[in-house]
Amino acid sequence: MSNTVDKPQYNDEIVKLFTLATVFWGVVGFIVGLFIALQLAFPGLNIGEYLTFGRLRPLHTSAVIFAFGGNALFASSYHAVQRTCRTRLWGDRASFFTFWGYQLFIVIAAVGYVTGVTQGKEYAEPEWYADLWLTVVWVTYLIVFLMTLKNRKEPHIYVANWFFLSFIITVAVLHLANNISIPVGLDTTKSYPLWAGVQAAMIQWWYGHNAVGFFLTSGFLGIMYYFIPKRANRPVYSYRLSIIHFWSLIFIYIWAGPHHLQYTALPDWAQTLGATFSIMLWMPSWGGMINGMMTLSGAWDKLRTDPVLRFMIISLAFYGMSTFEGPLMAIKTVNALSHYTDWTIGHVHSGALGWVAFVTFGAVYHLVPVLWKKKELYSLKLVNTHLWISTIGIVVYISAMWVSGIMQGLMWRAYDDMGFLEFSFVETVLAMHPFYVIRAFGGLLFVIGALIMVYNIYKTIKDVPSVDGDKEAISC
Amino acid sequence: MLSKHAIFEKNSIFMLLGIIIMISVGGIIEIVPLFRLETTIEPVKGVRPYTPLELVGQNIYIREGCYNCHSQQIRPLRDEVERYGHYSLAAESMYDHPFQWGSKRTGPDLARVGGKYSDAWHVDHMINPRGLVPGSIMPGYAHLANRVISLDDMDEHLIALRMVGVPYTDDMIANAKLDGFAQAMAEHENQDGLIERYGDRVNMRDFDGSASTTEMDALIAYLQVLGTMAELRDYQAPAPRTGGGK
Repeated sequence: MSNTVDKPQYNDEIVKLFTLATVFWGVVGFIVGLFIALQLAFPGLNIGEYLTFGRLRPLHTSAVIFAFGGNALFASSYHAVQRTCRTRLWGDRASFFTFWGYQLFIVIAAVGYVTGVTQGKEYAEPEWYADLWLTVVWVTYLIVFLMTLKNRKEPHIYVANWFFLSFIITVAVLHLANNISIPVGLDTTKSYPLWAGVQAAMIQWWYGHNAVGFFLTSGFLGIMYYFIPKRANRPVYSYRLSIIHFWSLIFIYIWAGPHHLQYTALPDWAQTLGATFSIMLWMPSWGGMINGMMTLSGAWDKLRTDPVLRFMIISLAFYGMSTFEGPLMAIKTVNALSHYTDWTIGHVHSGALGWVAFVTFGAVYHLVPVLWKKKELYSLKLVNTHLWISTIGIVVYISAMWVSGIMQGLMWRAYDDMGFLEFSFVETVLAMHPFYVIRAFGGLLFVIGALIMVYNIYKTIKDVPSVDGDKEAISC
Repeated sequence: MLSKHAIFEKNSIFMLLGIIIMISVGGIIEIVPLFRLETTIEPVKGVRPYTPLELVGQNIYIREGCYNCHSQQIRPLRDEVERYGHYSLAAESMYDHPFQWGSKRTGPDLARVGGKYSDAWHVDHMINPRGLVPGSIMPGYAHLANRVISLDDMDEHLIALRMVGVPYTDDMIANAKLDGFAQAMAEHENQDGLIERYGDRVNMRDFDGSASTTEMDALIAYLQVLGTMAELRDYQAPAPRTGGGK
């Protein structure tokens, strides 16, 4: 392979930027999450007009999903697509624009939430001007990715890139369809969405659940398909399973949205379709988990020595658990109890912390030495500490939410001997207090873990001696 | 058959098109009929567009992120119907851009909160939630009480909403600002016009008890109309289904 001397084969600079942004926004998002968890336990922490739970909760969800998760997807997709296509990322300027354009979008959105500028649609809160800006950035991302695929020196497109491509294109479709709105004036931040009532609900949860399906699942499966085989130094377990689970996953996921709307005014036929496909979704989800875990066949011993790989495999275990819990919660009778309660919050966090964040941590720990051309991480021991502190944090978190969610659901529907509702609403709120404290403690552990990661990465970049040459390029 | 898969693996455009087709099917089947089937929104008498003051209130509700903790969607389960009232009908949110059904009940459902509490209760509760409901974890919203609203661009809000399908008339748009102020006062010369445009069931009074028209007035006007528009006595429907827990 010919390497030109003055121009490196791969564009690692852009991946470095996105990796640092991932870590930065991750810590911000986790800390805001901890703060709003404390607000639910101690409402006196709602300070003034700008720092209330109602304004900070979208800041937390957007910071972790779009800022932390989004930057992780940019970093890993730009890294993986270059390596698996054996070509430099297309468009140095275009990819640079996607970085600063995306960070600008995050800042615009965040400033909006705190100052009360929001569309009021969950996970789609940014107003019309931020949405338009994101569209420009996202189309550029799609072009960069597609052009890099086009320039590939490998005959086949590697499986990780199928997932990344499905994530990029589907998120574009979802974003456009859900955010159509009419601004009150071009000089105002306020707009009114095109969709109303029951149709708005359906489109919103088609968007919302597929933000989970394509942003937080398909994209992160792309990470899984590149980084686990790379780290384990083994080929993907089954090519056939990859094909089957890829196409079935993207086909089935898109139907699952209405499980957020069970027993609502959405017509029954749509609710039933959504619930049915949500249950079917269990199979392709586990297809991905099995394909990832079994990639370790013949290399299981590496789990004993490599805490980075351990992060990735535990993330798959959480993925498997959440994708079993999800279909369970989509069953109508279960949903009647779980909907509107903390059980949903626990479910989301077992996926978001256990799967999305853990596979990202694994990828970041793998990427930093590669990108900064370091021999190894500063401390594998600290990686291990991060791993266990965070795992305990997640387990504490989701257990607290299971208990408080199921308890509240049961209290709402409890009747006394006379046939009256047994509990007033605020009695159920009081009953949840201890679990809100426990949950915040779990979140604190997770934040501490992330800060350990920051220290480890800082020391790796600053203090670990460099290796000569592009080791990664040679090994490809 | 899997060998045919090489077509997708060797051509990024085929891969792209394949993905687009696969993700389109479910969305089209679930979404398009909702706009075509007449049974999606069964007509209910009484549901009308929000008055300008109520609309300002709804925008404050959205701005403060109330939807993060309060749903506006009562399910046809025994305990919910007993706790909150008649289950929500699709028609009741047909003018909500966007819908406010919510997804979490950290606080109680608000779909039918209108008329349940007095205006004074709402004012006190917004200023200090725990003063009225010990154990509540709701943030206080005292700042709403001091903020006077201008309503200068209300006509533009109504025009934008008409563009997305809310049937505001020219008359409503022309009188948007005046209607807004008229509703927040005990007496106002324009109140006959307001009734003519929005019906005689519109709540007209000084909601927050202060001389100026504030964000508190608007928010309470919005809360007090929630769930009260639909004339449910005329609504023919099967009896509520029984919830899971008896």
